[in-house]
Amino acid sequence: MHLTLEFGGGLELLCDSVKIHNVDVELKKGLEKLTMKDLLAWVRTNLIKERPEMFMKGDTVRPGVLVLVNDCDWELSGQLETTLQEKDVVVFISTLHGG
Amino acid sequence: MEEGNTIAKRAGSRLCCLCNERKPALKRPKTLEQICRDCFYNVFEEEIHQVIVGNHLFKAGERVAIGASGGKDSTVLAYVMSELNRRHNYGLDLFLLSVDEGITGYRDDSLETVKRNEVQYGLPLKIVSYKDLYGWTMDEIVKVIGLKNNCTFCGVFRRQALDRGAAYLKVDKLVTGHNADDIAETVLLNILRGDVARLSRCTSITTGEDGPIPRCKPFKYTYEKEIVMYAYFKKLDYFSTECIYSPNAYRGFAREFIKDLERMRPRAIVDIIKSGENFRISTSTKMPEQGTCERCGYISSQKWCKACVLLEGLNRGLPKLGIGRSRFLENSNDNRKEAKRNDGDRSIESKQCGSLDF
Repeated sequence: MHLTLEFGGGLELLCDSVKIHNVDVELKKGLEKLTMKDLLAWVRTNLIKERPEMFMKGDTVRPGVLVLVNDCDWELSGQLETTLQEKDVVVFISTLHGG
Repeated sequence: MEEGNTIAKRAGSRLCCLCNERKPALKRPKTLEQICRDCFYNVFEEEIHQVIVGNHLFKAGERVAIGASGGKDSTVLAYVMSELNRRHNYGLDLFLLSVDEGITGYRDDSLETVKRNEVQYGLPLKIVSYKDLYGWTMDEIVKVIGLKNNCTFCGVFRRQALDRGAAYLKVDKLVTGHNADDIAETVLLNILRGDVARLSRCTSITTGEDGPIPRCKPFKYTYEKEIVMYAYFKKLDYFSTECIYSPNAYRGFAREFIKDLERMRPRAIVDIIKSGENFRISTSTKMPEQGTCERCGYISSQKWCKACVLLEGLNRGLPKLGIGRSRFLENSNDNRKEAKRNDGDRSIESKQCGSLDF
C-alpha cells in the first residue's frame, strides 16, 4: 500500500532529517486492511533510525505526539484502530519541545 | 456491510458538533467535541479573546512586548495577538522580544524564525543577548558548570533579560506563550519541590505587577495540542527542536507525567490549573518577604537576587554558588551572615519558603 508519511515537530530528526517519506507498506499475509497499529510497528522498524522511545511508547505513539490521517485527528477515527487506504497521508507531529 | 461501516467510521459518521455542516478535523481535548477546521479557528480565537477581556489583561493604548522564541507557542501567540488586536480593536502597540542565550545549534536557528515572523506579522523585533547583558553565553556557562543545573541559570537569566528588553522597548506589559500544559506542569513541579511561595503565584494569569514589568499569559487555558493543530492547519512558520541541554531538566519528568494523565483524561490539565488556583496558604507558613536586590535593585526575596548570586559564582569560578541549600553561600560578607543565621536552623520546617534549591 502506497502511503505518504510526514514527520514534524522535531520527529524528522529520528528519520535521518527527512520530513516526507513516500512508502510502500506490505500488508500482513491474509489481511486486506492496514491499521495504524500495523503502520506504527512498520515505521518503528523501517524508518526510525535512532531513539525509538521518542516516537513510540509501547504499541502507540509517545504521549505528546499528534497523529493526523488525511488532515484529520486520529482520535476521530479510532486511533490505533484507524484503517488506512491507498494514497493516504499520515502526519506525525511532536509537541514536546520549547514554545 | 463491513466495508460500508468501515468507510463510515473512517469518514466520521458525525458532522462537526458546532456547525453540523462540515466534516470534523479534530477532537478538542478540553471538551471532547469533534469539530471542523473553520469552527476550530473560531473557538480557538474566540476563547483567547474571552480570556483577554475577562481577565482585563490589557488597556487601550498600551505598548505590549510578545516574548518570542520562534517556537510553536510564541509564534501562534504573535499571530493570534495581531489578529485579535485588529479584529477587536484592542488598540495595542505590539512588539516582538527575543532572548539570545547563546546556545549554538538551537537558538541561532530559532532566531531566524523570529526574524521571519517580524516580516510575516509586521511586528518590530528586539533581540537581547546573555552575552551583552551578563558577559556569558549559555554554551560558556555549561562548559563551566556541567550539564546539571544549567536550566536554573538559563531560566533566571532569561527572566531578567526579558525585563531589560521590555524596559528598552518602553513597553507596559510582556506577554508570553505559556500554555495550559506548561502551567499544569509548573503546579506539579512546585508541589514536588515543596515550593509553597511559587505554588501560590504560579497559576496567576498576570504576575509581577509589583515589579518592573507585569507579564501575562493569554494561553493559560489553551491546550498545547490545539496550539500545534492551529499552527499546522494555518501553516504557521515555527521552529521545533528541543534545547540541547533540556533532557536533563527536572521539568521533563513532570511533562511526561502530565502527558500520560492527558491521555487518560484530557481535562486533567485544566483541572490541575483549577486546583492550583484554589490553593490557599496556611497562615502559619513562613513566606519570604519581597524586597530588592542589594547589588542590582531587581526584585528579590533574598539579599541578592538569584541572577546576581549565579553571576557572582560564575565570575569567581564558584559554579555552585546559588545552587543547593542556602548554607553554601558562605563566601561574601553579606552571605556569611546569612549562612550563620541558617546554620542554627537545622530542620527543614524552619527553612524559609523558597530557599530550598535543587
